[in-house]
Amino acid sequence: GPGLGRCWPAWPGGLLRTGGVEVEPGGAHGGSQGFQVVTFEWAHVQDPYVIALWILVASLAKIGFHLSHRVTSVVPESALLIVLGLVLGGIVWAADHIASFTLTPSVFFFYLLPPIVLDAGYFMPNRLFFGNLGTILLYAVVGTVWNAATTGLSLYGVFLSGLMGDLQIGLLDFLLFGSLIAAVDPVAVLAVFEEVHVNEVLFIIVFGESLLNDAVTVVLYNVFESFVSLGGDNVTGADWVLSPVSFFVVSLGGTLHVRIIEPMLSLSAILAITFCGICCQKYVKANISEQSATTVRYTMKMLASGAETIIFMFLGISAVNPFIWTWNTAFVLLTLVFISVYRAIGVVLQTWLLNRYRMVQLEPIDQVVLSYGGLRGAVAFALVVLLDGEKVKEKNLFVSTTIVVVFFTVIFQGLTIKPLVQWLKVKRSEHREPRLNEKLHGRAFDHILSAIEDISGQIGHNYLRDKWSHFDRKFLSRVLMRRSAQKSRDRILNVFHELNLKDAISYVAEGERRGSLAFIRSPSTDNMVNVDFAPRSSTVEASVSYLLRENVSAVCLDMQSLEQRRRSIRDTEDMVTHHTLQQYLYKPRQEYKHLYSRHELTPTEDEKQDREIFHRTMRKRLESFKSAKLGLNQNKKAAKMYKRERAQKRRNSSIPNGKLPTEIPVQNFTIKEKDLELSDTEEPPNYDEMSGGIEFLAGVTKDTASDSPAGIDNPVFSPDEALDRSLLARVPPWLSPGETVVPSQRARTQIPLSPGTFRRLTPFRLSSKSVDSFLQADGPEERPPAATPESTHM
Amino acid sequence: MGSRSSHAAVIPNVDSIRRETGFSQASLVRLHHRFRALDRNKKGYLSRMDLQQIGALAVNPLGDRIIESFFPNGSQRVDFPGFVRVLAHFRPVEDEDTDQDPKKPEPLNSRRNKLHYAFQLYDLDRDGKISRHEMLQVLRLMVGVQVTEEQLENIADRTVQEADEDGDGAVSFLEFTKSLEKMDVEQKMSIRILK
Repeated sequence: GPGLGRCWPAWPGGLLRTGGVEVEPGGAHGGSQGFQVVTFEWAHVQDPYVIALWILVASLAKIGFHLSHRVTSVVPESALLIVLGLVLGGIVWAADHIASFTLTPSVFFFYLLPPIVLDAGYFMPNRLFFGNLGTILLYAVVGTVWNAATTGLSLYGVFLSGLMGDLQIGLLDFLLFGSLIAAVDPVAVLAVFEEVHVNEVLFIIVFGESLLNDAVTVVLYNVFESFVSLGGDNVTGADWVLSPVSFFVVSLGGTLHVRIIEPMLSLSAILAITFCGICCQKYVKANISEQSATTVRYTMKMLASGAETIIFMFLGISAVNPFIWTWNTAFVLLTLVFISVYRAIGVVLQTWLLNRYRMVQLEPIDQVVLSYGGLRGAVAFALVVLLDGEKVKEKNLFVSTTIVVVFFTVIFQGLTIKPLVQWLKVKRSEHREPRLNEKLHGRAFDHILSAIEDISGQIGHNYLRDKWSHFDRKFLSRVLMRRSAQKSRDRILNVFHELNLKDAISYVAEGERRGSLAFIRSPSTDNMVNVDFAPRSSTVEASVSYLLRENVSAVCLDMQSLEQRRRSIRDTEDMVTHHTLQQYLYKPRQEYKHLYSRHELTPTEDEKQDREIFHRTMRKRLESFKSAKLGLNQNKKAAKMYKRERAQKRRNSSIPNGKLPTEIPVQNFTIKEKDLELSDTEEPPNYDEMSGGIEFLAGVTKDTASDSPAGIDNPVFSPDEALDRSLLARVPPWLSPGETVVPSQRARTQIPLSPGTFRRLTPFRLSSKSVDSFLQADGPEERPPAATPESTHM
Repeated sequence: MGSRSSHAAVIPNVDSIRRETGFSQASLVRLHHRFRALDRNKKGYLSRMDLQQIGALAVNPLGDRIIESFFPNGSQRVDFPGFVRVLAHFRPVEDEDTDQDPKKPEPLNSRRNKLHYAFQLYDLDRDGKISRHEMLQVLRLMVGVQVTEEQLENIADRTVQEADEDGDGAVSFLEFTKSLEKMDVEQKMSIRILK
């Protein structure tokens, strides 16, 4: 509106007057009393203005914080934001003597909390979450009830002893307070744990707990609040019984009219949104294009991040409100003490119980993090502000205490949790420096265990998961996913879970052609990526060689200093070795699934690792397949024949297949069992020799002078491309003449194949008699290949 | 219970398998179910292909070696007892197992046998020692591609040196065991659900 430009110099306090229609004199530039060219239309623009201002301040604050990386790595952002809020509140108060803009529960629950929770649900690592669901539920339900009960009762006990002075509180009030202060807050937890890198199991437990305990909190809160509003004497036994019932109702999304209940809280909003996010992530991703998916991700992150910022700032501002400030030393201090102590006790007890049933044990350091990481935050604050001042006489006391608690946990605990964790980790590994062997073999054991788990099928867990995915595939996906997405999903699943050798062959062929597998063909070639991973290594080598040179020259060398030098070099080498191992050992499956992070999206480390291992494994399987089929002689010959340049040359030539006769005895290719039995023990893969993996496939004939990779240029092998039935005749496809076009354009535009993006490759028929799943998997929907590559598509 | 025993009855020689491996009846039934699920063509045994079908193994650095461990002595098929025999190594160690009758053979899931299983994954030529070359091969499998060959050789050298006591440049099973004496192998190589 016209007044907008003029409003800026006005005091923030004036802007923030919620009900205000009047204009602060502080910035009025009113014109003459006559014709007013420019007028203040404050009420007109108030809401959007305020919102815009908030967003502006929040963004500036964020940028400002991240300017100094050191600061943010020590102080959690949430703490900084609260402090900023305090400062702003101070300004407002100084200007106006009233801080009239506070965090209202409706704003909080309707606008600010949902984006955060939705974001969390959307990015929740499902497998991890559901895998630890039992633990999470235990902590969320039992833990919260325990915390609430013990805190409330203890406070009551202290009150009875008179330490708190004269307050108008009853037992129920204390219980009510206990219930709202007991809940661990997801926003605060997320904000702080982002900085602290704990292992994923720990993270998911704390985070999951913070999300799920909302249901418990809401029920307890409602129950006690309704009891309080009834008046303590009127509570009957029946009401106590109804409470647990209402828990289930609330968590399943219902409304329970026990007594008067704030409608917006009876449905556990957080739970609902969380599960919405969790469930819909799969379908959203499947149904929309890649770009839209990225957009969705970024948007969510942005909204969540913004909401979080605003929440913490509000918390700060709301604190500066002298009207509500009531201080009772005993109450505040004891609350702090009790929540910490009882949480720790609760965690220890529950962990002891859980460890008897869990596969992965929770160690003491985990328990420390669990107890210490139970942060309270805005949820508690919102709930306390919601209290009815009439029924709860000491509402102000509660509010003040809650603020203090929230500030304490977020700022103090948030600040100290990281150093604490680091100190503990150091302490734990201090008394034993793991030796090289232990590191290496330990990691090997992890891999072995993963593999055996996969082989043995994770009985029990898998049953449920299978049932769910079956249900999902049959019903949910039909409804919720686009047709084409379903199809490709099926194909991907089929392929990934049933890696056939022929797919592997084609895949590796494709990869080889594109050069992406070059690096593993032979580590000793100069294709090998030679990353200078630490400057130290080069200095180490330099000094070793220098040392050797010194030795050789043997001119006035002090033997002792030499020995010292050698020893120190050895230590450096030791360090380097350990460091290399630490950094480059592949992580076992349990470890590398990345964490949820508010501010970052999908690191691709695990994808890269998957891809590397996948390449290698497929290559090796190919080689062993090859040696099984043709015996070693053919092997060596093929290896010698294979040269990358030749392949390149041939790739560009247009008639690769001319030489290949078609009367190849097809029986050679059958993957029938009895053929496989011909070979003896698989020889250990020999990297230096077996570089010609693909060569074999074309070199099926006695005449190994053929040119394999070009043959595989056949568009028949393009992903997503189907094979014409006619070509499925007895002759292996790559041998069929005529199909000579090189699909290089498509290949170039295509992203490298990885297990995740693996598309169904055409089933080149190795044998007409092959009795395997190649045939069944390809339904009638597959189209004949295009004659030209241009018509192929991704 | 009736249905369960009928399941158990489907498994041939279930009693001898149970004695040999120490698995409970319930576990054996479940494993048999899994065995049948893996055996796509209902051949009654598993081939390498069947195990290779498990997608997750393809992204496990030691996946193929572990598959190989199911086919000892160059066989091409593994039947159910063989399948279970390998898995038995990963049974958690229970306390009753430790005070065994010394005459009975060591249970498959003893610490020693667990370590032996791992040892055999490294020692491909079955000469009872992990040579430097074999260590290098394992390292290659387990390490990302950014590591250069010299670094790998370096690491392999040191690893062997660290464990090698008699100076023969290779790690025997005894040396292997000794180098891992501080590690909680029993926990690291056990799957709780396999009881």
